[in-house]
Amino acid sequence: MSRSNTSFGLQTSPKHPVSLKVNGDEHDLLIEPRKTLLAVLRDTIGLTGTKEGCSTGDCGACTVIVDGKAVTSCMVLGVTASGKEITTIEGLASEGELHPIQQAFIDTGGYQCGFCTPGFIMASKALVDENPNRTEEEFRFALGGNICRCTGYTKILEAVLQAAEEIHTNS
Amino acid sequence: MKSFEYFEPTTLAEASRLFAEEHAQLLAGGTDLVIGMKAYTETPQSVISLQKIQGLDTITSDSDGSITIGAMTKVRDVELSDDVQKHHTALAEGASEIGSIQIRNLATIGGNIAHASPAADTVAGLLVADARVDIASADGGRSVPINELFTGPGQTVLKPGEIITQFRLPSPASGSHYIKHKIREVMDLAFIGVASAVNVDNGTITDARIGLAAVAPTPIRATEAEDLLKGKEITSELLEQAGEAAAAATSPISDLRCSAEHRKEMVNVFTRRTLQLAIDRA
Repeated sequence: MSRSNTSFGLQTSPKHPVSLKVNGDEHDLLIEPRKTLLAVLRDTIGLTGTKEGCSTGDCGACTVIVDGKAVTSCMVLGVTASGKEITTIEGLASEGELHPIQQAFIDTGGYQCGFCTPGFIMASKALVDENPNRTEEEFRFALGGNICRCTGYTKILEAVLQAAEEIHTNS
Repeated sequence: MKSFEYFEPTTLAEASRLFAEEHAQLLAGGTDLVIGMKAYTETPQSVISLQKIQGLDTITSDSDGSITIGAMTKVRDVELSDDVQKHHTALAEGASEIGSIQIRNLATIGGNIAHASPAADTVAGLLVADARVDIASADGGRSVPINELFTGPGQTVLKPGEIITQFRLPSPASGSHYIKHKIREVMDLAFIGVASAVNVDNGTITDARIGLAAVAPTPIRATEAEDLLKGKEITSELLEQAGEAAAAATSPISDLRCSAEHRKEMVNVFTRRTLQLAIDRA
């Protein structure tokens, strides 16, 4: 089998055709296997709402929803996401209306610098979609994979609880 | 990350053939491998994804409580499985201790075991479940008991081309429990992990298994402590003796996380506690 030269990681390897459905839009791309889903979303497709924090899965800033599950997109190779449905922060608002979770973050002031906010909102959305009827303790524990370095956790939790209650009441 | 060739075989035979090549690495959930590649601690020339091989991600159970868990089953699905929670509680508890929900939605039980970290959170639960590890390879395959899989930190008996396909957990003990000794509630590595599983008949322990993680170069069973418990009436003295025997079986290291002495002492404490709760659940 012929091998590509991997010295210093400068050489590229064959690109793979990848079909991603992102926020309802189909994207047929040719991408290098070493590109993470996060890099594909941000650099190839241009959706920069998803943030890169630690790049090691510890901070949750890059959280997106893949086939209904919240995942840290910095740990996912883009090629492995082919054929899957991806929702990013850009896909939440519909027809000019913010998603209730987005609105709740604004209403409560659940953000400071805003860098962790897309990740928190996507992680919260997956939790609320799965079951909005959780206690504060359960939400606190379930959001443990998201870090806010401004340490604004109280307002973030308030926002999530407010949105969850609204969604639970309307469901 | 260094560049690599990417393969998505649809059969185990093809995956095994590709994996037998030099500098090949298997990709399951990617939560260890992708991070390793970013850090240049992993520099494979070919990466073989297992996700297109059908049938590796299911949990099936029999009426006697025996369970088969596919290697590509997400850790989050192990954690939330009713059957695992009911019959192999220590394993479900261990699965729930890994990373965050986002990571558990990616990470697989096969990856957690094949990575062979002595601190893996699913390993103590699999040890006390007496799990067998089914392995596929180009020339058929084999099955090894989980306590014979590991040979050192990051090292297993797996040969080039061998792929873990599933874990078979026989008829379960009646009660089990896992404790991870840690600082953070989530996103932490275990100082130590302890699982106990017991069968109890009328106040007497008829069978006991104790699995220990992060206290030796490989995960281990505390067999002397187990033997000491079998056939004995449950008393607090007995559990104390078992805790001491389990601690004596360990050879922990001191590292930046905690000292060897602390690990040893906590094995004693958590063996006692996991036994007590396993007995309460039995």
